[in-house]
Amino acid sequence: MNNVVVRDYIIPANDFTIAGEASSNVRKILSQIGVAPDIVKRTSIAMYEAEINAMIHGKGGQAHVEIDENKIVIRISDQGPGIEDLDLAMQEGYSTAPDSIREMGFGAGMGLSNIKKHSDILEINTAVNEGTTVLITVFFKQE
Amino acid sequence: MTINQLSQKLDLKIVSNTPKTTEKAVTGVYSCDLLSHAMAKINEGDVWITVHTNLNVVAVASLTDCACVLIPENIEIEKQTVERAIEKDVILLSSDKSAAVLCYEIFKLIKDL
Repeated sequence: MNNVVVRDYIIPANDFTIAGEASSNVRKILSQIGVAPDIVKRTSIAMYEAEINAMIHGKGGQAHVEIDENKIVIRISDQGPGIEDLDLAMQEGYSTAPDSIREMGFGAGMGLSNIKKHSDILEINTAVNEGTTVLITVFFKQE
Repeated sequence: MTINQLSQKLDLKIVSNTPKTTEKAVTGVYSCDLLSHAMAKINEGDVWITVHTNLNVVAVASLTDCACVLIPENIEIEKQTVERAIEKDVILLSSDKSAAVLCYEIFKLIKDL
């Protein structure tokens, strides 16, 4: 089987009415093709966090997803302000989210660490005033 | 125990009813209002207790496959959240009790099974 499923999604800025739609859709695809439930859960959590980050911090962006028989690769990119200090941002508890976002239950500073925890490979490319790209890979067969 | 049975025992109000109320089994309870934390910790089959009533609650419930979401202390649930929950097959419950009391009561019921 060499089939590759490719999906592209637009992530709008600050629109909570459709936040998580891309992750929810990918979750459905993975379940349908028979990926193990715990892997589906890990992938959806990592992708949802990245999606919410792009929406809240990155003024919206795009998600590009490729699924083959062994893995899923998710690229979420935005043209937002970028991350000034990535090491600091990766620390659990550090957040730059405004109060309005915190009131909704986000902004606990767990997003990036949650993505790291639930993915097998995480690559973040960011530049101030240019944007951020988060590349998440999850393998379907865990070693 | 199904969600229907749980609702009857603890006098919970079913706010968004889906076919799952009579099918889905309750196997645990988890209470947390930080969505990222909840998302990482909720197990399938948990009753998730949170004071949040915004749309993101439905997204987190759906991603984690929790049994249902239980809103404590009669906190009013936004109309768009109820509509989205029905659309996404997520069961919302409501109670006049506090999260702590609900955790205790649910835990007691599950433990006795």
